Amino acid sequence: MLIIKNLHASVNDTKILKGINLEIKAGEVHAIMGPNGSGKSTLSSVIAGNGVYDVDSGDIILENESILEMAPEERAHKGIFMSFQYPVEIPGVSTINFIKTAINEKRKAQGLEDLPAKNMLQLIKEKSELLEMDRKFLSRSLNQGFSGGEKKRNEIFQMAMLDPKLAILDETDSGLDIDALKIVANGVNKLKNENNAVLVITHYQRLLDYIVPDFVHVLKDGKIIKSGGKELALELEAKGYDWVK
Amino acid sequence: MKLKDKLATSFFELENKGILDLESNVHEIRSKAFADFEAKGFPTKRDEEWKYTSLKSVLNEDYTIFPKGENAVELKDVKKYFIHEIDSYKIVFIDGVYSSFLSETTHEGIDICLMSSALKKPKYKIIIDHYFNTIANKEESITSLNTAFSNQGAYIHIPKNKVVPKPIQVLHFSTKNKENLFLQPRNLIVVDENSHVQIIERHQSLSDNVVLTNSVTEIFANKRAIVDYYKIQNDQNNASLIDQTFVQQKDNSIVSVNTYSFGGKLTRNHLEFNQIGEHIDSNLNGITIIGNKQHVDNHTTVFHNEPNCESHELYKGIYSDSSTGVFNGKVIVAKKAQKTNAFQQNNNILLGEKATINTKPQLEIFADDVKCSHGCTIGQLDESALFYMQQRGIPEKSAKGLLLYAFCNDAVDKIKIPELKSRISKLIASKLDVKLGF
Repeated sequence: MLIIKNLHASVNDTKILKGINLEIKAGEVHAIMGPNGSGKSTLSSVIAGNGVYDVDSGDIILENESILEMAPEERAHKGIFMSFQYPVEIPGVSTINFIKTAINEKRKAQGLEDLPAKNMLQLIKEKSELLEMDRKFLSRSLNQGFSGGEKKRNEIFQMAMLDPKLAILDETDSGLDIDALKIVANGVNKLKNENNAVLVITHYQRLLDYIVPDFVHVLKDGKIIKSGGKELALELEAKGYDWVK
Repeated sequence: MKLKDKLATSFFELENKGILDLESNVHEIRSKAFADFEAKGFPTKRDEEWKYTSLKSVLNEDYTIFPKGENAVELKDVKKYFIHEIDSYKIVFIDGVYSSFLSETTHEGIDICLMSSALKKPKYKIIIDHYFNTIANKEESITSLNTAFSNQGAYIHIPKNKVVPKPIQVLHFSTKNKENLFLQPRNLIVVDENSHVQIIERHQSLSDNVVLTNSVTEIFANKRAIVDYYKIQNDQNNASLIDQTFVQQKDNSIVSVNTYSFGGKLTRNHLEFNQIGEHIDSNLNGITIIGNKQHVDNHTTVFHNEPNCESHELYKGIYSDSSTGVFNGKVIVAKKAQKTNAFQQNNNILLGEKATINTKPQLEIFADDVKCSHGCTIGQLDESALFYMQQRGIPEKSAKGLLLYAFCNDAVDKIKIPELKSRISKLIASKLDVKLGF
């Protein structure tokens, strides 16, 4: 589904990614772990198309098509979703209107009519229940005054609504208490199927107890220095990142 | 002929046409006001209060003071400028002349009628003598000019204990006249104890003719009165407006003046609140969305003279292209005015490379036990918010529009008439090129 080929990226002339190679197939869950400053969040931002980063060389291919030249919204329409480490607060735009607009923009890009209000409401009901969200949150301004946990839950709610092919979870566990973590992980697991894929980006092993990866990659200084199965995460947790050389 | 000379001739004409009562106190007020104007002339950029707004380009036009030709206007041509979804009283002027055909006035328990009759007829004398020109600024020459010519406009008197059942719309239309128009409406609004009124005011040119309107409104809110005033300014590119609104509030009254400036060539809003009682609430809200070479200047002053009063001020501005904005917000808290709560906020987004805003909060606090705050921001759109929205599939252009729309939202929420709120929302959406449903 997603192939990353020898990807080099920088921000303000500082090189951050120095040759990333990664292949994610449909139905798989991959985890990228690494110490602070290793380039984990840069990788997710570059896949999502954040213009702050310059891609110096290499390619990102989604279903046989390079996405490097695509705007962030086009990538989203193709099925890429990124759950933000720090979701943005947007006063004056309610969550419900925001997600309605996002869904209908995606449908428009696919040549479809707006989703009828009845279906939209049904979908919202279903997905907010999945994330055990208080419906009152949905009519409040997007993320405004939400706690860290509420923001993350709202991210996964939006993911559920948009039904992406590839979901990138950037440090989704940060700011979550254990109960919220379980709810979020449970949501992700229920959305997981053989046609989509998940890329979990995390500093700690904790989240991987609940979202069990098929592959774990260790990112350090802009490169993947080790890959393995889920047991690699446990080993990292016990021995620390310095253990991988 | 220069505009100032032409005004002198017209003033003389007005005095001698016999349409005005030369015996009344108003006559004296007019003469004094014209003398003041003549002595000072039009304000220039040398005046501190006009430092960032130059009238030069609008004053250089050749204006007609009293247009001769009468233009008929059909309701269908102007219906869209009314908030026509609701029942309302209407006071309508066409090229500065009252249109009884388009108006709906009343004298049943309340007076919603014409300034020209109020200034003439004995039955209004008590109110006129008590209120007229008592709070309009005497230092400002352009206000004096309006006072000198005061004749046409709205006269609204709500006696005590009345809730006016429907809003009042005051509309000034200018038509495709042969001449450039110089209009000077004068409004007097007196709301007595416990009464409540909602007023919507609009100046609208129906052609691309040059129009300059110099409007003065005096609003008196007596004890426990509630006044909601809305100004819709979305005029043609050749129309300019100098609007001066003076408000006097007594104990426990609540007055809100909301100004929506979306059009016109030059717009100056001078807004003065004078609190002369306790537990008064004054609200000043504004949204400015302009582009091209348009100019909007919001000059506000709140005088906190007595203890235990509040003022809330919220002005939002979005400036595109080479448009320019001014915000000058004075809050003056007298020594006696302890326990004052005064809040002022002015947030601006500059979209055009050449757009500018001059913003100046000016707090003069002489009391020591007060809560006063002011915040002023000038910025561009939040890039991280844009990326977030794009990541969810909302294209850049729509995302920008939605962010700007959301930026105005808290000021829109202050509108208490639902139909007007929806109208303003639609106007904002169309100015920002945003699809509504939001």
